[in-house]
This record gives sequence, structure tokens and C-alpha cells, in this order.
Amino acid sequence: MGNDAHTPDAAASVDFEQVQSTGQFQELRKRHRSFVFPMAIAFLLWYFAYVLLADYAVGFMSTKVWGNINIGLIFGLLQFVSTFAITGWYVHYSNKRLDPIAKEIRDEIEGHEFDKQGNRVGGVNK
Amino acid sequence: MINIAAAVDVAALKDTTLLNMGIFGIFVAVTMVIVFRASRNNKTAADYYAAGRSFTGSQNGTAIAGDYLSAASFLGITGAIAINGYDGFMYSIGFLVAWLVALLLVAELLRNTGKFTMADVLSFRLKQRPVRIAAAISTLAVCFFYLLAQMAGAGSLISLLLGISDWGGQALVIIVVGALMIMYVLIGGMKGTTWVQIIKAILLIAGAAVMTLWVLAIYGFNLSSLLGAAVETANNPAVLNPGLQYGKTETSKLDFMSLGLALVLGTAALPHVLMRFYTVPTAKEARKSVVWSIWLIGLFYLFTLVLGYGAAALVGPETIRTAPGGVNSAAPLLAFYLGGPLLLGFISAVAFATILAVVAGLTITAAASFAHDIYASVISKGKADADTEVKVARRTVVVIGVLAILGGILANGQNVAFLVALAFAVAASANLPTIIYSLFWRKFTTQGAVWSMYGGLGAAIVLIIFSPVVSGGATSMIKDANFALFPLSNPGIVSIPLAFFLGWLGTVLDKKREDTAKQAEMEVRSLTGVGAEKAVNH
Repeated sequence: MGNDAHTPDAAASVDFEQVQSTGQFQELRKRHRSFVFPMAIAFLLWYFAYVLLADYAVGFMSTKVWGNINIGLIFGLLQFVSTFAITGWYVHYSNKRLDPIAKEIRDEIEGHEFDKQGNRVGGVNK
Repeated sequence: MINIAAAVDVAALKDTTLLNMGIFGIFVAVTMVIVFRASRNNKTAADYYAAGRSFTGSQNGTAIAGDYLSAASFLGITGAIAINGYDGFMYSIGFLVAWLVALLLVAELLRNTGKFTMADVLSFRLKQRPVRIAAAISTLAVCFFYLLAQMAGAGSLISLLLGISDWGGQALVIIVVGALMIMYVLIGGMKGTTWVQIIKAILLIAGAAVMTLWVLAIYGFNLSSLLGAAVETANNPAVLNPGLQYGKTETSKLDFMSLGLALVLGTAALPHVLMRFYTVPTAKEARKSVVWSIWLIGLFYLFTLVLGYGAAALVGPETIRTAPGGVNSAAPLLAFYLGGPLLLGFISAVAFATILAVVAGLTITAAASFAHDIYASVISKGKADADTEVKVARRTVVVIGVLAILGGILANGQNVAFLVALAFAVAASANLPTIIYSLFWRKFTTQGAVWSMYGGLGAAIVLIIFSPVVSGGATSMIKDANFALFPLSNPGIVSIPLAFFLGWLGTVLDKKREDTAKQAEMEVRSLTGVGAEKAVNH
């Protein structure tokens, strides 16, 4: 094993620019970005809204809702809920919409490599 | 409530020293055996740095939780909630939400493109030498600050847990902790270290769960009653509201924003967390491990809410503040109140194990970065074989261990939370912009990366040096001098946007274009996992 960033492997002689330009890959990239970017912006906005409220709207956050439980505590716990929810949503989305297409592209590239060199690459035994 | 608070007799803690040491000794003995067993297969560099990429997602997720839930999380947050109420809870939220950045934007793409270290990814399609050196320097800087925090935390914990209050005694314990850590990492490599993290994470979460249920049971599983009792003991209804610690002035409010920014953006740029993604065989397992760690870490931070207010209600902020170890003693004191010497002994041993394990994780990251990025790629220009590289890594472990011991002795008694928040701010400023740009921005260039990394790292460190944390205040490191030109104690709000800006500016002003073939390769690899490093089979 060498010390450079990427070892000679299944993908060493692949024309990645060609792969990048295929409709299949463009679709994978579109699906990935159209999920992670809006989601990242949404949770960051929600988090900073919460931090700003706790910082500058102390009176509002201190409003008691039930017993000693105030809005600040409820919003804080909702941050936990939204984090868990986004995590679950992303896993579901990846399994359904990203993994199958990524596997197709990977199999195509690595299968191609298998034919050309006549030996097994990209498997468990490198 | 006052008489309950008085029931925690801090002086009686000294009688439990032998018990604490006994439980800690058992933990060390058991983990050493496991590390020895795990190390028998350490043959290649992939074994040593990345545990042969043989861990499952759930194992690695537990280890990530172990790495992440450091003494600062357990002792620091519980103490912060016990003393400052709601403002302490905000740490928990920032530390948790930050994981979404890692999950959505970084973990899988990084696993698919890198090999051992953060620099592998950052230098993938840019010029190897300058980017690798910059990434290695920022890795070493972040690890060093994080290490200082852990070692300093060890010192202040010991004063409470083992009843050692003189400087020499504490220094001796820091040396023992450091020496143990060096042994774990030398013998076990990443595999041994990962197993130590897994065991420690399970013990820590189990211990916190028992204490949480216990506290809730005292209040009939009614959170409102618990909060009411905390208000009563503290004699201050404001402990339930935001702003007790940070709401005093406009500057402190801004400081809070800065802290919030550093916390949420720092996690996905911590080199020792990033390196964990290489210990799993595929990107899918990397995703699983982040999901697993989000659940564990989230659960744990929910516990800290109950533990913090529980400590405030049952032990009392005054008792905590005046105990040896100060704020950090809230969790151990609560354990002593609930379960007597035995539970205290267990919780103390877990706290020690936490420090030991986190220090081991940081050390192996720093050693890998030096050996792989600086020695193998830059000094020997890729000519060193893997055996030599691992040899250099092992020697680096010893050097870093000794530096951490010395730094820990010097930093003993310093504010632990400050050092951890500093590590987060430095990581978010120096690493995150380059990670994001190189994964998602096609036009990003070497000059942008170098400007962003050195600019972010330099700005964060310079602002810290001129902040009230270092000089000019009652709690500063240097009390007698005042060169605090920068009013905030956390630099994040300035240094993080600056680093993003420099990355953009360096790129648009760069006349050289990067290799588009490399960019295509990185993008295809990162999204599909083509040619990613596979698991090592023995």
C-alpha cells in the first residue's frame, strides 16, 4: 500500500469526467444536493432562531406553559426532536433515493474494470 | 431543601479514595487485556490508523459517542446546568444539532474520498504539498487544544475524586494518566483505542441513565416538580430561564451567539471525529455510525438536563461551587448523594476512563496526521513504506503524549470549558470552510484552501490571545496583565465567517485553475463510493 492519497484500485483508469457528465450521475448529484442543502439551511435557521430567542427574547422564552415547564425548555426539547426527525428522514431518503442509483453507477464502473483487466477488482480481497 | 443539601458532606469524599482507585484500576486492567487482544492483528497502516476498516456502523457509532462525550460534556454540562440553569442546557443543544452538519454534508462523502486523515480529502484534487501541510498543522493545533482541555480536566477532577489537592500530587496523576494513554495507543492502535471508546461509552451512558432514572424517581417522574425543587434550592426562579450566565450585557449576548456558532459548526471539523469515519468498511456504514451516535449522544444530553437540575435541586449550587473541583464536581456530588461511595466510585472511574479514552483518540489522530501527512507525504515525498510510516506514528504518539502531560500540568486549574470551546472554534474556522468548499464547489482552488485554513486558524488563535479569557479579567489565565483588545471570549463569530470569505476570495483571485479531471474523480467517488478504501481481511 502506497502513501499517496488514493491507492491504485478498481477506479484507477476510469474516465471520471465522462462518468460525471452522464445523466445518471447528474441525477444522483441533483437528488443528493436537493435534499442536503435545503435541509442544512432549514436546521441551521431553526437552530439560530432558537439561539437568538434565548439570547434576546428572555421574557418570551420564560413564559410558563405547564407547571414549571416554560417555552424555552419546550423549544430546547424540540431541537432534540427535529434533530432526530431529520436524521431519520435523511436515512430513509438515502436508502430509497440515493443508494440504488449510486450502486448502479458503482457497479457499472467496477464491472467495466473487471472486464478490461480480466482480474477481480473492487471486491473484498484487494 | 437546605438540610438535604447539607447531607452532601464534601469532606467525607476523601474516605472513598481507595474505592475510587480500586474501581478505576479494574477498568484499566480490563481494557488493557482487550487492547492486547485487539492488537494482535495490527499489521498494516490501515490496521494501525483505521482499525482495518473492520468496525460495523453501530460499533463505530458507539465509539464516536465515546470520543465525543468527553469529560467536558459529562462533568462540564451537568455542572453548567446545575450552576447556570438554562444557559448550561444550550451547550447540550449546540453539541447535538452540530451532528446534522456531519451527517448531511460531511461523513459519507469524506469516507468515500479519503484514506486515513482529513488532509487526504482536502488535498484530493488540490496541490498535495501546501494543502496537506496546512491541514496537518490545523489538525495538530485542534488536537493540542482538545488534549490540553482533557488533561487539565483530569487535574481538577482528581482534586475532588481522589482527595489529592496539592500541585505535586495532581501532576503525578496527570503523568500516570498520560503514561496509560501512551500505552493504549502504542499497543492497540486504532482498533484498541476504538474498543476502549466503546466500553467507556456504554459505561458512561449506563451510569448517566441510572442516575437520571433515580433523580426522576425522587420527583415521581414529574419534570415540573424537579424544576420546582431546583428553583427552591437555588432560591432563584431565573435558573429555569435563559440568560442567567450570558444575558448580563450586550457583549455577553454576542459572546453567546459566537459560542453557538462555534459549537454547531465545530463538530463536523474535529479531526478526531472525522478520522473515525475511516474505521468502517463503506459509506453506508459511515452513515449508520453517525445515526447511531446521534441517538446515543442525544439521549445522553437529555440525561444531562435531568442530572444538571437534579444536582441543583439535591446538592445545591452553593455546595457545588465551593467543593474541590468547583463546577465540574456537580455530577460526582450528585452520584454521592444518590448512591453513596459505591456510585461515586463508579461515576468517578467512568469520568477517568472518559478522559483516558478521549486523550487516546486525540493522540492517535495527531500521530496519524503527522506520520501520514507530514512525514510520509512531505518529508519523505511518498517514498517511505507503510512500516516506516507506522513506526513514525508510534514515535509521534510518545512525543505528543509527553507534550500533553507537560501541557496538562501547566494548564492544570485552567477553565476546561474555555479550552474545549476554543478547540471547536479553531476547528470550525480552520477546517470546515475548506471541507465544504472542496466537496461542493467545483471552482475551489489551492490558494483558496490555503488562505482559508491559515487565515481561519490564525484569526481564531490571535483573537483568543487578545480575548478576556487570556488577560484582563478576574477569571483570566493571566490576571495581572490586560491586553484584551477583543471583547468576546469565543472568536467563532468573527473567525468562521472570515475563513469562509478567505476561501472564496483566494479562489476568485487565483489565476491557476485546478485539474478538472481530479474534480470529476472526487465528485464521482464521493457520491458513489467507487474505488473507496475497502475493509482489510485477515
